[in-house]
Amino acid sequence: MHPTQSSQFEHASLKNYLLDHAYDEMFTGLGDLHRHCEPLLEHFSALPSEELQRRKQAADLSFLNQGITFTVYGREEGTEKIFPYDLIPRIITASEWATVEHGLTQRITALNLFLKDIYNEGRILDDGIVPREVVYSCKQYRRQMMGLQVPRNVYIAVCGTDLIRLENGEFVVLEDNLRVPSGVSYMLTNRRVMKRIFPQLFRSYNVRPIEQYTQLLLGTLRSLAPEGRPEPNIVLLSPGVFNSAYFEHAYLARQMGIELVEGRDLVTHDNVVYMRTTIGLRRVDVIYRRVDDDFIDPLAFRGDSILGVAGLFNAYRAGNVTLANAFGTGVADDKALYAYVPEIIKYYLSEDPVLKNVETYLLTKPKERQHVLQNLDKLVVKAVGESGGYGMLIGPQSTKAQQEEFARKIEADPRNYIAQPTISFSRAPCLIGDELQPRHVDLRPYVLYGDKVTIVPGGLTRVALNQGSLVVNSSQGGGSKDTWVLSQ
Amino acid sequence: MLSRVADSLYWMSRYLERAEHTTRLLDVNLNLMLDESPISAERRWQRVLQALGKPKNVEWTGEPYALTQALTFDTENKASILSCIIAARENSRHVREQISTEQWHRLNSLYLQVTRPEIQTQSEALVQGMTQPSEFLQSVMEAVHQFQGVTDSTMNHGEGWQFIQVGRYIERACATALLLQAYHVDLWGHPERIVDGNEYLDWMGLLRSATAFEAYCKVYTADLTPDQIFEFLLLDEEFPHSVRFSIDSLQCALEKIQGDSGKARAETLRRLSGRLQSSLNYSSVDEILNQDVLGYLGGIQAQCRAIHETIYELYVDYSIQAALAG
Repeated sequence: MHPTQSSQFEHASLKNYLLDHAYDEMFTGLGDLHRHCEPLLEHFSALPSEELQRRKQAADLSFLNQGITFTVYGREEGTEKIFPYDLIPRIITASEWATVEHGLTQRITALNLFLKDIYNEGRILDDGIVPREVVYSCKQYRRQMMGLQVPRNVYIAVCGTDLIRLENGEFVVLEDNLRVPSGVSYMLTNRRVMKRIFPQLFRSYNVRPIEQYTQLLLGTLRSLAPEGRPEPNIVLLSPGVFNSAYFEHAYLARQMGIELVEGRDLVTHDNVVYMRTTIGLRRVDVIYRRVDDDFIDPLAFRGDSILGVAGLFNAYRAGNVTLANAFGTGVADDKALYAYVPEIIKYYLSEDPVLKNVETYLLTKPKERQHVLQNLDKLVVKAVGESGGYGMLIGPQSTKAQQEEFARKIEADPRNYIAQPTISFSRAPCLIGDELQPRHVDLRPYVLYGDKVTIVPGGLTRVALNQGSLVVNSSQGGGSKDTWVLSQ
Repeated sequence: MLSRVADSLYWMSRYLERAEHTTRLLDVNLNLMLDESPISAERRWQRVLQALGKPKNVEWTGEPYALTQALTFDTENKASILSCIIAARENSRHVREQISTEQWHRLNSLYLQVTRPEIQTQSEALVQGMTQPSEFLQSVMEAVHQFQGVTDSTMNHGEGWQFIQVGRYIERACATALLLQAYHVDLWGHPERIVDGNEYLDWMGLLRSATAFEAYCKVYTADLTPDQIFEFLLLDEEFPHSVRFSIDSLQCALEKIQGDSGKARAETLRRLSGRLQSSLNYSSVDEILNQDVLGYLGGIQAQCRAIHETIYELYVDYSIQAALAG
């Protein structure tokens, strides 16, 4: 369907804007504009194409000069790329956001209770809601965490949940990221660039601010400090400059005014963590760690890690230092466990989930596996422990050979994979060349959990910039755009 | 401040100072070689190499532009301008959150400018004599100056800034001492030699290699004599590239750092840097010229190295046991 046929906007930039069955963030199914998008389209249509290009270049240059780049793995060295940025903001209405906020708060509360439970009494396992084998066979399950008390019982201090919109416009959860979710710096810098490039448009919408995120994050971390440390020394632990998210680590540390440390800056002695400073050793109380469990302490976990700190886990067990997030949170964002999250929410909160899951086939169940193997060309298959768009099969866009390869992998290790229907998630207008075209988008809001749950209104909208692509990950040709949550 | 951060800031600053010095030395000599000169081309460029501390794997092959290419664009050569800028930027990337956004912008833009693909084309054209590097060299010098300005005006003048000063001035003191060493034979090696017009250019070249020509003229007028040049570059109190000025500034930065972290720990460092500073402050040029000049200049460099090592023992590479005990 062609939107301009019934739309009041007859603009050349829309001539290739074709609607399909996916939900469109700008047009209704009938080709009319969503009301909240009218000023947006009006504004963009009024700008000459050269002016639009000029602003786009200004934005790109601003990202490059700020060094807002990420590293692409698996290629030659020196592949620092800017995260492609789309100029057209994605708009979320106040009522849509209210649902998202409610749903995410509910979900993180329940998942946190789940982690506390499985690392302590294990009631949910005794009651048979979640099968023991799903938990214990998870690579992210850390038996070292059994019986360990974490401050305020908060395991997940920072989380970034991936949401998508179904064809009817409903937001559903695609993935929980409970380990070290990244991307929040892009959310913040996108906003800054957008405000500079389209000040009038921004003002004309009542957009809720997000700039308070770093302060909230600092507050969250401070609230989790070990007892008896009223002025906690909080640090951000990064794997270092070669990590793909290093820009973000540096950005957050600077914005919070805390030290950015690497493993080699920290030492432990008598179960206390110190950092090496020019005036000697200084005690560390809270570590916002952006290093995976596996690499964080070569004594407790992977011995070949050079990113971690020997003895850190013992200091943590002794309660002398807080880690955010806690160890072992990855068990709750395992893609196989994901299928049980609605039950987990009901079990702990006696509420129905506000945000639904995407239908998920567990390949350990013979019947479901059978169905999946027969329909590999229609489904999406994901490895349970992978992220970043690596290790997945998108059935409709795959070759016969790829399907056979995945079939073999599934037969060999069914616990390691799940399958979901190929969802045509929603599309938003993007500036491609000098015209607007729809591209698939998701949404990653950032949830903070300290003394309470806080979510800044918005998040990172990621875009699959390649036409027809459903993969939004930056490592796979994805980009991002600013996300405006309206206050009314 | 984290020890690693101090380390990175120090090296960021040293590498930029080094890049600037190499750039200026090349620019000055490429310009001077156009005029007739009492020294041969070979001697000129050997002297440049000596003033740069004889970088590894770079040889004079009789072709000024090939040498310029090696010292400017060759990233295999760790002393080249490009390598220094890349290393400085890499260090700053490690402490991205410690320096101001403006500093990062300036340095990152310089990095992007010198690593863009056209630069390699320019590098090849240079060897073939198809292009002039002077515009490139000028732009590098300007960028480094801008970076220093931005550093002074946007960064807190706290401990981190002081480590940047330490890096800059220790590098500068060594570079100026080395420069004087390299020119020694030509300027003071034969005191009986009669001066003709061509020498004037050579002496001017030495001064300009340390951005000192105009500053010198303000003090001594355009009347160039080797002894006054030596005095100016070594002992002038107010000229920012003189060895004495560099050591004074180094000492000042070190005292600020010690003030932040306790003087008692820094006993050895205070002695080393204080001794060097006093020897420069209370020496006369005649005394120095009447003794073993090369030995004296070598001594300054050795003392700078000792100061460097002591800084590392004290602030960066200290042992954990000692730190816990103290």
